[in-house]
Amino acid sequence: MFDCSVMKKLFTLFFACFVSGAAFAQEAPDALVQRVTDDVLEIIRKDKDIQNGDTHKVIELVDKKVLPNFNFTHMTALALGKEWRKASPQQQQQLTSEFKTLLVRTYSNALTGYKNQKVVYKPFKMAPTDTDVLVRTEVNQPGGKPVQLDYSLEKLDGGWKVYDVVVAGISLVTNYRDQFGQEVRNGGIDGLIASIAAKNKSLEAAPKK
Amino acid sequence: MTKSLGLSGMQKGRRWALAGLAAVAFAGNALAEGNPKDPYEGFNRAMFSVNEVIDKYAAKPVAQVYDNVAPLPVKAGVGNFFGNVGDLWIGVNSALQGKLGDAGVDVGRLLINSTVGIFGLFDVASELGLEKHDEDFGQTLAVWGVGSGGYLFWPIIGPRNVRDTGGWAVDSFADPVWQVTDVPVRNSLVGVRFVDIRASLLPADKVVEEGALDKYAYIRDAYQQRRRNQIFDGRPPRLDD
Repeated sequence: MFDCSVMKKLFTLFFACFVSGAAFAQEAPDALVQRVTDDVLEIIRKDKDIQNGDTHKVIELVDKKVLPNFNFTHMTALALGKEWRKASPQQQQQLTSEFKTLLVRTYSNALTGYKNQKVVYKPFKMAPTDTDVLVRTEVNQPGGKPVQLDYSLEKLDGGWKVYDVVVAGISLVTNYRDQFGQEVRNGGIDGLIASIAAKNKSLEAAPKK
Repeated sequence: MTKSLGLSGMQKGRRWALAGLAAVAFAGNALAEGNPKDPYEGFNRAMFSVNEVIDKYAAKPVAQVYDNVAPLPVKAGVGNFFGNVGDLWIGVNSALQGKLGDAGVDVGRLLINSTVGIFGLFDVASELGLEKHDEDFGQTLAVWGVGSGGYLFWPIIGPRNVRDTGGWAVDSFADPVWQVTDVPVRNSLVGVRFVDIRASLLPADKVVEEGALDKYAYIRDAYQQRRRNQIFDGRPPRLDD
């Protein structure tokens, strides 16, 4: 006789594989970027609070829709550069958590700053063996120059994850490297963690605009 | 020396810029600080503070009023108009960088938008698939192999390394808006364009204000990444980390 709990576990495992397989592994990186972008822009377009600058609501949206597709550990390592290896595993975890909060805000601001925008997806080609790709998009606004918006993605076990966002040629991630390096020189890794945490706190406390 | 009698305001402006540049170059040796990416950091931070004040009390409030008051079609028309005015010089720079196909597109854009697009108010060329390029003389110098020189921060015109400061001076010489002989009209055009450019940067303000640990450094590094991206026409080779 089969043990019932084993059956259950097997079934759960099978089901989990099936679901994640269907949702992630088979989705190409460009399709992923397009789906998430369209999703988010559609919600922004319909939401009057967000259009009126409700930052908390945008952050909530990004949190739910965008975050699951980002690899924050890689992003934080990239932002720190060679300083990353100086941090203990626990410090790395703290850094990732604080940087995540800061980056979500930066990205949310970048996303909602543009009104009446239209996102164009650039042609995308990749080899089946590629594990690191760049998906290019462009934000067009009436009367303005098109703004390049590119995503770097890497293939992980759980599917493709974004590890860098580049707006008009400026990486929202590596643009922190010198500032972080400066903080580490001034107060070590713990000093940097404290600085980012303080920045996050000040933003959290700031009145809604 | 008869030529110097006809110095326009812009030429004088350039002289000032060059004089300032020379002064900085001399001072730089004495002031040299830690960051190799920013040898004139002391001077730059001082200028940055000056610019912050100008921006806070003059440029930004005016841009915000413009952004709130002007309806979208007006803003789009203004942006398109100055975009069209710039396309000829963009074409020249495309050609100087050896991108003759791009130069043809730039001239085609100018012809279409100046006529069908009613003096450039409508960007018909983009609708037709003639892509707008982003070129200036600073980029041309970079393509020719001129080194960037130290990073500088100027009031009003903002971040420009030595190469781009020179590029900016040449861009200003070639700028059709500065060639307008009627001085009040010329000044109005320069003013409106400045407000339009400042207004286009308003969305970026919040990103920088809320994202930066050190606003000065954030803008400096963003400028350097952005210029590198422009020089390589949006496809810079990857840097090793």
